[in-house]
Formats: sequence, structure tokens, C-alpha cells
Amino acid sequence: MDDPATMPRAPLGLPLPHDSATLHVTGEALYVDDLPEPPGLLHAVLALSPEAHAEILALDLDPALTLLGDNGLAVTARDIPGINDVGPMSGPEPILADGIVAYVGQPIAAVAAPELARARAAARAVRATYRRREAVLDIPAAMARAQYVCPPHRMTRGDAAAAIAAAPRRLSGTFAIGGQDHFYLEGQVAMALPQEDGGVRILSSTQHPSEVQKMVARVLGLPEAAVTCEVRRMGGGFGGKETQPAIFAAIAALLARRAGRPVKLRLDRDDDMTITGKRHDFHVRWSAGFDTEGRLHGVEMELAARAGHDADLSPAIVDRAMFHALNCYRAPAVSVAGYACRTNTQSNTAFRGFGGPQGMLAAEEMIDAIARDLAIDPIELRRRNLLVPGDATHYGQRIEHMALPRIFDALLDGVGYASRRAEIDAANDGPGFIRRGLGFAPVMFGISFTATAYNQAGALVHLYTDGSVLLNHGGTEMGQGLYRKVAQVVAAELGVPPGRVRLAATSTDKVPNTSATAASSGSDLNGAAAADACRKIRSRLADFAARAHGGAPDEIVFADGHVRGPSWSFDLATLATQAYRARVQLWDSGFYATPRIHYDRARNTGHPFYYYAFGAALCEAAIDILTGESRILRADLLHDVGRSINPAIDLGQVEGGFIQGLGWLTSEELVFDRDGRLRTHSPATYKIPTARDLPPDFRVRLLEGADNPVATIHRSKAVGEPPLMLANAAWLAIKDACAAAAGTRHVRLDAPATPEAILRACGRLPAR
Amino acid sequence: MAMDDAIVFFLDDRLCRIDGIDPNTTVLEWLRGAAGRRGTKEGCAEGDCGACTIVVGTPDAAGGLSCHAVNACIQPIATLDGCEAFTVESLRDDTGALHPAQAAMVECHGSQCGFCTPGFVMSLYALLHDGTPAGDEPTRRALAGNLCRCTGYRPILDAAARMRELPGTGRDFTAGIPARRARLDALARARGLRHQGGGRSWYAPRNLAELDAAIAEAPEAVFVAGATDLGLEITKTHRRFDALIHLGSVAELQGIRDAGSHLDIGAGVSWRDAHAALAALWPGMDELIARFAGLQIRNVATIGGNLANASPIGDGAPALLALDATLDLWRAGRRRSVALSDFFLGYRRTALQPGEIVARIRIPKPGAGTRFAAYKVAKRHDSDISAVCACFAVELGADGRIAACRIAYGGMAAVPLRLHGVETLATGRTWDEALDEDMVEALAGAMDPIDDLRASAAYRRMVASGLWLRFAAEHRDAAPLSETRVHG
Repeated sequence: MDDPATMPRAPLGLPLPHDSATLHVTGEALYVDDLPEPPGLLHAVLALSPEAHAEILALDLDPALTLLGDNGLAVTARDIPGINDVGPMSGPEPILADGIVAYVGQPIAAVAAPELARARAAARAVRATYRRREAVLDIPAAMARAQYVCPPHRMTRGDAAAAIAAAPRRLSGTFAIGGQDHFYLEGQVAMALPQEDGGVRILSSTQHPSEVQKMVARVLGLPEAAVTCEVRRMGGGFGGKETQPAIFAAIAALLARRAGRPVKLRLDRDDDMTITGKRHDFHVRWSAGFDTEGRLHGVEMELAARAGHDADLSPAIVDRAMFHALNCYRAPAVSVAGYACRTNTQSNTAFRGFGGPQGMLAAEEMIDAIARDLAIDPIELRRRNLLVPGDATHYGQRIEHMALPRIFDALLDGVGYASRRAEIDAANDGPGFIRRGLGFAPVMFGISFTATAYNQAGALVHLYTDGSVLLNHGGTEMGQGLYRKVAQVVAAELGVPPGRVRLAATSTDKVPNTSATAASSGSDLNGAAAADACRKIRSRLADFAARAHGGAPDEIVFADGHVRGPSWSFDLATLATQAYRARVQLWDSGFYATPRIHYDRARNTGHPFYYYAFGAALCEAAIDILTGESRILRADLLHDVGRSINPAIDLGQVEGGFIQGLGWLTSEELVFDRDGRLRTHSPATYKIPTARDLPPDFRVRLLEGADNPVATIHRSKAVGEPPLMLANAAWLAIKDACAAAAGTRHVRLDAPATPEAILRACGRLPAR
Repeated sequence: MAMDDAIVFFLDDRLCRIDGIDPNTTVLEWLRGAAGRRGTKEGCAEGDCGACTIVVGTPDAAGGLSCHAVNACIQPIATLDGCEAFTVESLRDDTGALHPAQAAMVECHGSQCGFCTPGFVMSLYALLHDGTPAGDEPTRRALAGNLCRCTGYRPILDAAARMRELPGTGRDFTAGIPARRARLDALARARGLRHQGGGRSWYAPRNLAELDAAIAEAPEAVFVAGATDLGLEITKTHRRFDALIHLGSVAELQGIRDAGSHLDIGAGVSWRDAHAALAALWPGMDELIARFAGLQIRNVATIGGNLANASPIGDGAPALLALDATLDLWRAGRRRSVALSDFFLGYRRTALQPGEIVARIRIPKPGAGTRFAAYKVAKRHDSDISAVCACFAVELGADGRIAACRIAYGGMAAVPLRLHGVETLATGRTWDEALDEDMVEALAGAMDPIDDLRASAAYRRMVASGLWLRFAAEHRDAAPLSETRVHG
């Protein structure tokens, strides 16, 4: 496995700071809204539907136009020259409502004016009359009407119903999992700049510049080549800037085209949260058959998600929930059904984990219930049910590598699990209002876009004659450190110090037809593509140097900013200049397509994931039975990042993912009223974790000596999404404490575990 | 009288004179617009995320400068008058060296997407220079008003510790204070700021006489103190106020006095400045004030504003109701007193007459038998609005009987609640478990709580009544906090 091609070389494996760290702390890092505003810029604001589901009988822009004056303009769906559809999977998914509004907050018109305040006033002055239709707001209502954004889908393996019926013991349950707002600190924003040739340049805060380009072209009726989308950085994405930015970029572009002036559309926080899709909330039903040792014989599961008014990525998200609905556990017979419910609410979308967290939480709830039913230690029960190499998952992928037994051992070594369990149980019988619990959860997250076509990437690397390097690739930087990691790959490949590699903003006119920076795949795909480009450049330079100075090309070493042959050495700048003069190409593109992966959805067979990322967490929680308040007192996390390209960045992903997952499962609650209005549309009412919520005892490690068994870029592993699911352990710990408080083996705890949900689980408030 | 005063303040070391700006303009709008400082970000425009945090130096009573982190997004620009302001761009020194708050954030990997980072840097900057001691708890308190969605905070807390070990490069807030104070003093006016812009007015009277004159001149003007609520009307409902009278400079509304039998606090005192004085007399106030809001809000939000605004979700009212506070009101040269329990008349309605302000708050000091607790329950521990704020005070006689009892709640109804009926149930009785049972039952029966996005009515009723048991455990039985609090 330690072949030279995968041996770490400087600066691989170094904990270098984020590429923009100094710019961040000085305020010099520019986000779209910080860029110099071009002359004539108009500021756009959206007018939103107050109705959850209605026909638009009339749309009156006159009061708005009066306010806007001569320099302003307003547009509706009728003004779209191309196709009013930005649906990523199916359509049509309009950017501006056309005849029908399908949720509260749907944009019905857009206005723009030189002054933001004027545009705001005009947007509020847009008048519409509606004829209400029946609104379907939640999962039970949509399920009752069999109303979906795509046909229900089922993954089956064996005869689950028969296996459950024949099993020595049976158990079933149901619970609800809440959604989550992305709450990227930088809201959605796009600036559209009309170009001299009729094209348009878009500056967007997007994880998917190619899709912004494609959708803007579709909406404006332009060829894709006439649209360029550029993004240097985002102030957070988390999946919320995978499909959603196309809506705002397209509206800005539409306004810019009609006005012939640049237009900026930046949503304020309330509009952002009101308009955009979120993590799907789910309703879960499960039924399991098992033996007295706790080994699963059969599992039936029903996962129903609130997709919202349009499909967006919901079909793929529900699929991923289904892929992960057994997490890392084996069962001979499985039937998992997925429903993407069409509701008159925001069109829910990608969010870190992409359905995986909900599926995995369902698996953990089921396993936890079985452990409680049998009074078997929950960690032991999990061990008994772990997949082993050679097993096939319920979607037919053969397991080749399984790191979890090692991770269980390494995580539990020295954490005092047994003694803490005994101490907590004793304390829970004592006085006072505080009850504590322990929760343990493993993570096995499949890495690859399940839509196989997306598993490709490109890069463009320029070596200049002074030895400096300019790196372009198709990935986007949203804070996850991708630019730094890919630059470390490039620096290693070309043998230059990392400071020699300059990072260009991601732009569709440099690297085209890119996939979203999503599915945790950014480093795997773009790192490999950049390495491919570097190897071509290096190979040509080596050939040239061998010809010019002697030696064989494969003896030539690129390191420390120098190129060394058997009897000679030049600094890279000198050699690059020599090569340039000899008319050798110093730049190249690179390409990567993930090997081996395929999946036949209809037959539920294949190998959809190139590999799996593993981790596990043990959490200790305290709850207050008077108030339902909770706190995670201690968390031990161990995560497998393979051979890390940058351990500081990877650790940041593990910690940040865990805390984000903790928010999802505890304090972050989306509340809608009866009319379908989201009541939690700002940080005053929607509560993401603060520094206080970081467990006071927080021990996080990366798995040591880990290599990716498959040939990823330098044997690293994807890390963006998987650690979020380590927070399942926190939810299980709270649930354990609730069970102690309730004095029953099992309790139903809906997520998020708000104080109120906790009191319900404790039996101190009636169930809803 | 002329209304043409410029708003005058220092941005770093540069004197800024702003003429004719609409007083509804926020500091953030001005910074990102006219001042061209785009390092300061808008994350929420409501003072909840801290991405817009800047540091303001204000003249203090001791002849120096006090250092405050504030949310630029909801601060009207005129509140900077006579102050100095620092943004994330201010911190490097002439050599380009980073300030320790910045260097530590880089070293500890404290930024990922970077959008919240300028705000954190400025909160750390204030934390380093405002005299807050090192340590985990003070640091978490100081950062409660800054949200980060990427890092999970561990590296930022590490940076908060690390910055204290780094060499003192960059701009040191504590350096050159006498000269900086002198240059602010040199800006002093003959009378309070009277600014006009966009046809709208801002008055910042320096004393009650000037206040009366301003009210007489602009009787429709709206009073503003810390602007942490009014600022949201500007940024969220896009309301524009034609005339605003800022109470922050009125001398008679300042200061905390020990008046023997009671504590006398100016209505214009910020929660941050009142924190220590209140917590010293009533330890139960410490956590409540820490959780009242993020530090940036507490640095400017005033006690008087929290009461006069009559928000049903403010935490100040129930605490001060339970403490039996009395308000001194001022209107057109006349002073009158109103018990706080008679002050709240209905939803956002108070006993204040038009043109009348809360001038001072008087709180009887605790006796040997006083037991007081203020409990805040919310979805999130820090910087959240109370689903229930329960405040209990009893006066225990030497005989173990309850001589007096006061119970007040916030977050439960359209007004802060004082439950006189239940209080009488306790009065004269021995505080034992039988009384606890009666109290929980009576409290639950005495309330008809609201049902909203923060909690259901049933939850509020159960928690509000049940917290009496926590009060009894902590203040009668002296139970350890580990038995009564998850954060114990």
C-alpha cells in the first residue's frame, strides 16, 4: 500500500492554515457583497408570496413602478425570455411564480433600483390578488394524499416481512426528525454584469458555478458559452448553495439584461430563510425482527421526507437516506421505502449529509430500541450487528473494508465507559432534577455522488517562467479548506513550497462542466484532477530536462522548488524558463473520473460508493427534568480521514460537523404556523449552537495510521459530511437520560431534542 | 435652534465629521458604504449573530475610555458621537503585524468560511483589552453573541486563550488612553448633539433640562437608549423615524448609587455596567444578566429601555418585579414614582405618559432572610429569548416562616406577570415540602400562558410552576448545583 506514488511528501500532511486565514482575520477577504460596485449598479429585492398555495389572479406592479422611478424596473415570470425553470433534476421549477404560488415566501416579482431602500419599498408595494387553494403543509397530510415530487421508491433485499415474522423477537417504532436551516453566515447573493457581446458575467456565492451558468443561460435563452459564473469564496454553504443560488443569479441576470445595467441581489436574513429550502424533516416508521442475541433478521423501514413544493434534489436526498437507513448494520432481509412528499413549503434541498443523517438516525433509533428491549449494552449490540467484509449492503454493494471494529476499540480505549455507565446509573437513582445518559453512535458514510455522472472533475494548472504556479479547479471554497488542500496536492506534485501556488477564483470559463462542490467529494475529485494536470506538466518538464541536461526522465526529482537530475540541479524557475524557450508547454488541464462506481437503481444493485468514511462518538448528556434543558457534558469523537492532506483542516471539519449536527438534533427547530408561514426566519428565533454549546469536555481525534484502502488522492478520505452524523451520539445520550427520567426502557424522543421534546420523552408532558 | 451639528467621532485615529446623514442610518451601513470598510459583515441585521461586531471606546467616569464590543448593524450612526470606533481593519499596526486576536485566530485555525471572523476578532479584541479575566467561562460569556456555523467554536476558544500569550503587536486599545480621552473631550459641545439629515432629526440631550427642551421641540419624537430594539425596527420593518431623542447622554440617567436601604440605578445604565452591582447583591442575577443577550447587546442595552419598552419577553422586568423595584419617572420637569408592579398595563403599554421617561430604578437591598432566584429557560442557553423567565423572592423570618413572597414571570403572557394571588398563599407559612406542593399547584393554576414558536402553553405552565422546586432545592435545601442545573 505504501507505494511511492502515495507516500506523503511535503507539504502533504501539514496542518497549514486556511488559504485565506489572514484575509479572514483582517477583513480583507472579499465576498460578493464586498466587491467594488460597478457604476450604474442596481440593487434588487424580491416580492414574496404571502400565500401557501394559490392562483395569482392579478399582479399589480404599478405602485412599485411608481416608487421605483425612471431608473428602476420590475420583472415577473412573463419577462423571462428563456425558460422559467431551474430544476436540477426535473422541472419546471420556476424562479418567479407563474400563475400559481406554491409556498409562503415564493418570489412573485423582482424589483431593482439604484438605492436598496427604494427597491425594498417597491418590493413591498407589489400587489397581488389570489384565489386560495388547499395547502398541504406537512408530511402526514402529503402522505394521506399520496402527493409526492417523485414516485415512491423501495430498496429490497430478501423478504423482510417474512424474516421479521419468523424472527424470535419483533419491535417497531415511529419518530420524527426535524429539518434544519443552513444558516450560512453569508446569505444568498449574486451580482450580474451584462457583457458587451450580449453575454452575462455572474458573481455568485455558489457551490455549483456550472449550474448557475447553465440555469442563467436557460432563463435568458442564451448559449451556456455566453454566461460565465465566478466564485472566489462563500461565507458558508453546507449544501444550501448547491441549487438555491441559481434562483437568485437568474433573477439578477434577468433584471440586468432588461436594465442593461449590473444588478446585485443580496437576500437579507429573513428573506433568505423564508425563501430557500432546508434540510428535509422526516417521519420514520421501522419494524425489526431479531434474535435474543440482538442480531437483526429483518428490517422494514419507511422514510417520508418533506420535499416542499418542488423536487429540487429531493429524489436523490431520499435515496441517500435509504442507502444509510441501516448505517453500518447487517440484516439478511431489508425493505426500505422512501417518499419525497410534495408540500406547500420551501423546496427542501441539499444539506451536509444529503439525507444520510436522517437515514442513519433512523438506524440508530432502531438499534437503540432493540438494545433496550433486550437489555444488552448498546455498544455490544452494535458490534454484533456490524457489517463485515464480504457482506452486501441492502443496496447490493459488497463491503470490502470495515474500519469500525478498530474505531470502536480505539475510541473506547481509556474513556471509562463501564465505570461511567455504573456511576451515571447510580447517580440517576439519587436526588435532584438532573439525569444523565450515555450515547454511542458509529458512522459509515458512502462517498461518491450517487448520481454517477457527477463524479468527475477538472483542473487547470499554469506554471509560469518564474516558477510560480496558478491553480484553477472546478471546486469551490466555502470554508472547508478545499483550496488549501488542493494547493497542497499541487505543491507536492510540482515540488514547490505551498506559498508558490496561487489560487484563482473558480470560474466556468477556466474549468467547465463541473460538478457541485458537494457530497464531501471536493478534495477527492479536484485534488485528483489537479494532480493529473501537474503530472502532465512535470512529465513534459522531466522529458525536456533529461534531453537538455542528461539522465532519464524518471530519475528526475521535483522537490523544494528545485528540479534535480543525476548530475545537475536547477531551481524550478530556471528550468521553466529553459523549457519555455525550448517551446515546451508549461501548463495543462487535468481530469478525474472516480473509477469503479455504478448503480442500477431499478434493480438495486451495484457499487454506488467508491469507499466509506467511518467514525464513532461517545457522548454524555445531562437533562433537567423540571425544564427539559439539556447539555452535552462530554464528547469523545474518533474519525477516519484516511491519510490526511491537512490534519488541521480535517479536524476542523470533524469538530464543526459535530457541532452543526448537535444543533440539528437539539436547539435548531423550524416552526411553521397553520398557514404555512415559517415563524423561525432569523437568528432571534432559530437557534444554532453558540460557544456555550461546545461540550466542556470535548476530545476529538483523527484515526491514526489510517490509509484509504482505495486509491484516492494520496489515500486521503472525504471529510465534509460524515462527522455531522457523529452528533447522533449526542441525541442518543439525551434519549438515554430521558429513559432514566421516565423510568422506562424505551422512550420516544423526536428530533430536535428541544427542552419541550425532552419533557415529552420523559413523560412529563403529554405526547403531541 | 439650529439643528446642524455634525456627528463627530474618531474612526481609528481619523476624525470623522458627518453632516446631514439620516439618523436612521446604522453604523454598519455607514461603515460598508461611505467609509468603505467592508470587513465588517451583515449576517442578520438584528444583533443576533455578531458578524458586524466593532469596538467602541467611550469616555468613562474615571477619566479613561471603556472598551465595548457592539453590533454595528443596529446601532444608529449618531450613537458614535463623541466616541472612538474600531473595526477589523483597525487592528494591524503600521508594520502590518497582526493583533494577537488576529494572529491567534490564524494560528488556532479559528476561521473556516471567514464570514463571522471579523466579528469574532473584534469580540476577542474587546475581550483582551476590556479587563475581562482569562478563563473558559468568561470567554464563553464574552463570545455568546457571535455565531459561527463552521468551526464548532473549539479553535476560537483556543484562540481566545492563545492571544493572551502572544506578543502585543497591532493596535492596543489600552495604549495612549489619556491622549485619546483628551481628544474626545476636546470634541465636547456647549449643548447636546442636534443633528439633522434627510429631513429627520436626532437629539442627544446631555441633561434633563435639554431633554425637556428637545421634547418640547419635537413632541412626536421617539425615545431611544441602547437602540437594541428600535434598531430592529429600522433594519427589519424598514421603519424610518422622523425624530429620535437619544437618552444615552442624559447625565441624570447615569450612575449606580448605593442609597443605603436600596440600590439606585440610572435608567440609562447598560446591563453590562449594572451586571456586577446587581450580581453582588443578588447572586441570582449573575446568570440571568449573562444570558439576557449577547455581550454586544448588553454593552448598550439599558435597564430603563428594557422596562420602558414593555416587551413581554424582556428578562429585566420579571427580575425587577420580584425584587420589588420602584421607578422614578420624569416628564417636563416633574418627577414621580411608580412601583414596577403598577407599571405594566398591557401589551407594550405602560404607565408612562407621552413625553415621560424612566429616569431611575430603585431596588430595596436584600436582607439576611432574602432568598432570590432568577431562572431563564430557552431552547438555547445563551443569547436566546426566554420561553419562561421565572423570578422568585422570599423574605424568610427567623422563625422559618415566609414573611413576604414575590413571584414574577416573563415570556408567559402579553405583559410581565406578577402573581400576587399565589404570593399570599406562601406568606406566613413555613417553607416546607408541603408548601412546595401547594405552590406548584397554585402557580400552574394561576397562569394561562401563551403558545408560540418558543414553547407550548402546556410546557410553559409545567416549567414555570415546576421551577419553584428548583428554587426550594437551591435556596432552602442548599442542594448542590449538580443536582439542579445541567450547567451546574
